[in-house]
Amino acid sequence: MLSENPVTSFAFGLFSFFVLCALFGPVVAPYNPLASDTAQALRAPSLAHLFGTDQLGRDIFSRVVVATRLDLGIAVTAVALAFGVGTLMGLCAGYFGGWTDRIIGRIVDTIMAFPLFILAMGIVAALGNTLANIVYATAIINLPIYARLARTEANVRREAGFVEAARLCGNSEARIVLTQLLPNIMPLMMVQVSLTLGYAILNAAGLSFIGLGVRPPTAEWGIMVAEGASNIVSGEWWVALFPGLVLMAAVFCFNLMGDGLRDMVDPRRRT
Amino acid sequence: MIVLRRLASALPSLVGVIIVTFLLTRALPGDPAAYFAGPAATPQAVEEIRHKLGLDRSLPAQFIDYLRALAHGDFGNSVSTGQPVAHELLTRLPASAELTFVALFLSISIAVPLGIAAATRQGSWVDHACRIVTTAGVSLPVFFTGLLLIYVLYYLLGWAPAPLGRLDIFVSAPNFHTGFYLIDSLVDGDLETFRAALAQIALPAFSRAVFSLAPLARVTRASMLAALGSDFVRTARASGLSRRRVVYVYAFRNAVLPVITTMGMVFSFLLGANVLIEKVFVWPGIGSYAIEALIASDYAPVQGFVLTMASLYVLLNLAIDVIYGIVDPRVRISA
Repeated sequence: MLSENPVTSFAFGLFSFFVLCALFGPVVAPYNPLASDTAQALRAPSLAHLFGTDQLGRDIFSRVVVATRLDLGIAVTAVALAFGVGTLMGLCAGYFGGWTDRIIGRIVDTIMAFPLFILAMGIVAALGNTLANIVYATAIINLPIYARLARTEANVRREAGFVEAARLCGNSEARIVLTQLLPNIMPLMMVQVSLTLGYAILNAAGLSFIGLGVRPPTAEWGIMVAEGASNIVSGEWWVALFPGLVLMAAVFCFNLMGDGLRDMVDPRRRT
Repeated sequence: MIVLRRLASALPSLVGVIIVTFLLTRALPGDPAAYFAGPAATPQAVEEIRHKLGLDRSLPAQFIDYLRALAHGDFGNSVSTGQPVAHELLTRLPASAELTFVALFLSISIAVPLGIAAATRQGSWVDHACRIVTTAGVSLPVFFTGLLLIYVLYYLLGWAPAPLGRLDIFVSAPNFHTGFYLIDSLVDGDLETFRAALAQIALPAFSRAVFSLAPLARVTRASMLAALGSDFVRTARASGLSRRRVVYVYAFRNAVLPVITTMGMVFSFLLGANVLIEKVFVWPGIGSYAIEALIASDYAPVQGFVLTMASLYVLLNLAIDVIYGIVDPRVRISA
């Protein structure tokens, strides 16, 4: 299946590379990502410093590599939360209908009534500027996608033969939802996980770019781009460019993977 | 009549937005009264402030106070500047709105022709270009695109002016008519100011357009493909209508509906990107106001900003609904 689509296999390759960086980043980084060396400040990329150094003389390559764990960590945790809670909400709404559906539908609609990035900003501003709240905010704004998708899919299947059979065998409603419906809609949900991971990374990086969540001197892609922003107008392009490119590559990789997965799981939606 | 019914359907969203914004203000960590009183305050002073802010009353009573204040256009005062938030938001709104509209205009005028071209010449280089643009566009962090453009067009080539706000410091702002510098300078007949304002807005608007044109181009291509493959297009072709007429009148009119629906998502992107782009280009809009307040832990402006943006978004979605009804006669009949 993978060999048929070189773009998708490329995306999976890139993904494994990012996972390796996240796992072993601190081990392979040539320098301490937090150690400043003002004698080496703002050096252009060279063999000693592949991506150059920033205004404090920190090695940008090491910082970019080490940041992988934090950036992927935030996105994966947030998406896992959104996936778990959203899918369950959607399944209940679609399967039980009635008031459950109406209340859950109203909650989802209210979240969707906000421009999503701005809702995330508001949540972090209100709950407090911490890493955990960045994760919660990112999870909340991704929740509607899962809830809506799971609701539609559960609604289609609520009268299906295998559900009726499970009911006749005396399974409880909760058991039917979890052991019959959930596995059935899993492939579609996984496609969405991959697509929203990219969005979650962008969102988290955007929040730290405006000074929310992760704080300096922690190495994180969004902060590094923000720190390099002032150097752009004086010509030190490498400070912002490399973290930005890696951030872009990560998002690109998840989007390509999601598109590829969708083509496999649901060929009808191929565009 | 239809407009009224749609207006009624937007009300629950608006109510939801107000409730959520209210809860967010009251969910502040710790004691807001102690926060506003400052670290050196005595317990009596904190108690006094709590009473003054109405924080000693029940949550529903506080909510009614909040609604009453909103109805009077009172968004509270900024702690750091002491200025009323509503006034500040209102004076800064035109800057953000102008940027958003120019970005939207750019993104539609690139995305729709690109999507049509990709659909009519499937598999050609235009189609591949469209695919690259749509996948890369959503992957680009909007603040990063902005910085790249600044580096290349300002630092390297010197084509763009310094990325510092709406006008070069040596050009004076046009007289106030609409608050949109591009329109105001034209009303004044001042072409030089118009050119200066256009030069300033080009980069931020373009970086936002790149981000938001991806979903539009993607949907345009997909729905044009569906329309071109349908029976009525085959019949139109068989009847000997010109290619131009078939594509632009028959296929496009039908394909435009999903494009309008996607506009909701595009606005969500555009309004969110607002904050990031305004920071990069030092644009004096409501987004940069909110960021300044966030850094100073000044909550009233942030809440006012979130509420303003969310209300605008609800209204924009309403407008999209109404336009949808105008373009698609079937909706009018079933309603």
